[in-house]
Amino acid sequence: MDLENQKRVLNLTEEHGAENIVVVLGAAEGEAAGLAAETVTAGDPTFAGPLTGVQLGLSVFHVCEPQIKDEVDAGVYDEQVGMMEMVMDVDDIISEMSSIRDEFCKYL
Amino acid sequence: MNCVIKGASYILAHTPDMVLENGTTQTTEKIVNPNSDYLKELPNHLRTYEEAVKYLPNQTYIGNMHPDQLAEIPQPWTDARIEGMDKRVGKYGEIMPQEEFYLMMQACDVFELVRLDKEFVAAHKEAFLANPVIDESIAARLHEGVDAAEVEHFVNDEHAEPLYHNRKLVGYVKRAHDVDVNLSAHVMLENMVSKASAVLSLLHLLRQEGVNKDEITYVVDCCEEACGDMNQRGGGNFAKSIAEIAGLMSATGCDVRGFCAGPTHAFINAASLVKANTHKYVVVLAGGCTAKLGMNGKDHVKKGLPIYEDMIGGFAILLGQDDGINPVVDTEHTGRHTVGTGSAPQNVTSSLVTAPLEAAGLKVTDVDKYSAEMQNPDITKPAGAGDVPLANYKMIAALAVKKGDLEKSQLATFPTEHGMVGWAPTQGHIPSGVPYVGVCRDDMLAGKIKRAMIIGKGSLFLGRMTNLFDGVSVMINANEGIKEEAAAVSQEEIKSLIGKAMKDFAASMLAAAETDAE
Repeated sequence: MDLENQKRVLNLTEEHGAENIVVVLGAAEGEAAGLAAETVTAGDPTFAGPLTGVQLGLSVFHVCEPQIKDEVDAGVYDEQVGMMEMVMDVDDIISEMSSIRDEFCKYL
Repeated sequence: MNCVIKGASYILAHTPDMVLENGTTQTTEKIVNPNSDYLKELPNHLRTYEEAVKYLPNQTYIGNMHPDQLAEIPQPWTDARIEGMDKRVGKYGEIMPQEEFYLMMQACDVFELVRLDKEFVAAHKEAFLANPVIDESIAARLHEGVDAAEVEHFVNDEHAEPLYHNRKLVGYVKRAHDVDVNLSAHVMLENMVSKASAVLSLLHLLRQEGVNKDEITYVVDCCEEACGDMNQRGGGNFAKSIAEIAGLMSATGCDVRGFCAGPTHAFINAASLVKANTHKYVVVLAGGCTAKLGMNGKDHVKKGLPIYEDMIGGFAILLGQDDGINPVVDTEHTGRHTVGTGSAPQNVTSSLVTAPLEAAGLKVTDVDKYSAEMQNPDITKPAGAGDVPLANYKMIAALAVKKGDLEKSQLATFPTEHGMVGWAPTQGHIPSGVPYVGVCRDDMLAGKIKRAMIIGKGSLFLGRMTNLFDGVSVMINANEGIKEEAAAVSQEEIKSLIGKAMKDFAASMLAAAETDAE
């Protein structure tokens, strides 16, 4: 995850409390989504950013997961995400995200 | 007058020592984690020049292999070899070894900032001068070199950036000012590499058939560096400095920037200058970027792969007035990601692909080939970024389905039919749409395709001035020959028009006379 974004996630978490933060990802690949999810739960796996060694354990979802999709108006979802849903390997993304959440998420 | 593509050149320079010294992944690691396993293991993953030359995506970049041929080779291409595909020179350019590239940098330096060890110069001068693109004026710019002690002094005591070859100190790039960070040795090295690789690209372009350097009156540089000093950090101008070294005595120019979308912006700008008859011949060019060397190195090392990002890239494209033969740049139907477009991939792809097509009365499937982000998947897949060109083609196909231009069952075949595999090094602006221009020109001249679209995208938000992303696109069409002006009227038509006018006049006179008589 971009170092600047890591800093923003860290600042928002300190301001609002980790239990009140939900991170929504939009990565196009399962592996990239998993890396970002790992960063905001177990810490930066690349040991480069402000979240290195910081285990925030935040609730994190990908926008194509049903937990998020079901919360969004179907028309808006189709307009904003419909095309990408055709492109992405949704099953792979869900599997990556679920395994990271099961292991590191502290607030579910 | 329409604008056509008169030529295109593509060059690479293999710079393994610069991966270690100048790539930001490595320089950041040296600060954050100087004793890391990555830094210890990295040198074992560097490729030799011969390995870099035999690497098929590199052979594709310089024009020895067609992208369609590369697509037939199973990925990854790490160990894939084809007999005969080991040439330094291709129809678009060359792959220059590091030692000669250092001499090129020195020859492009006009402020005595780059100096090489004299033994190093003596050892490689002959090979450098044997290159047919190196003319007498550039040969005359070569400095004989300095003592090893001077190199060490500037590196150890004067904040100069070292130049290593096979881990041996062979030269330096010194700072151009004592306190101005914009003229620091680090910035001067980055700019000098960009300039030298752009000059090399331009020299290759100038050797192509039908290119006359005295006719070129404007050069647009679209790299991602900035040159200037503390009072005007991005004042410029790379373009003119590059034209100077290449001897374009009739040219001036300017720098156009737009992150990775820069080349497509520059291409559209330059084509419009030709179309407007402001200039008859304009070159669009860019050199490469040291910062991105080894950018995904950590993932490549972790997965036991070579450091693929050891190549500095460059390109130059000549645009000129319609000759009735070369492919035409459609300056009237361009795609643009506007401030109001938003960031949803759907909106982005619509603004860049379907909006200009609809304006031109065309469908997604009317474009034979799309060229967006042509990054080599060998580099991006192990880093978790996936196959970038394929992702783009899938998005265009999905949008075509939503627009009714394509059946959902055709989603899987669209990338092969209307796309290509990526072959360009991940040098930011270098893979962005433009690597295909040379191939596209050749394929259109050969009658293989009729229409292509070049798409450039840029991550403006990295500059922290806006959260916006950017992108532009432009179509290239096969030349159907110069059409006669519609105003041309035959002699017979003129006679008939005059006859009719006289008849009408006579009739009106008669009518008037009759009225008077009454």
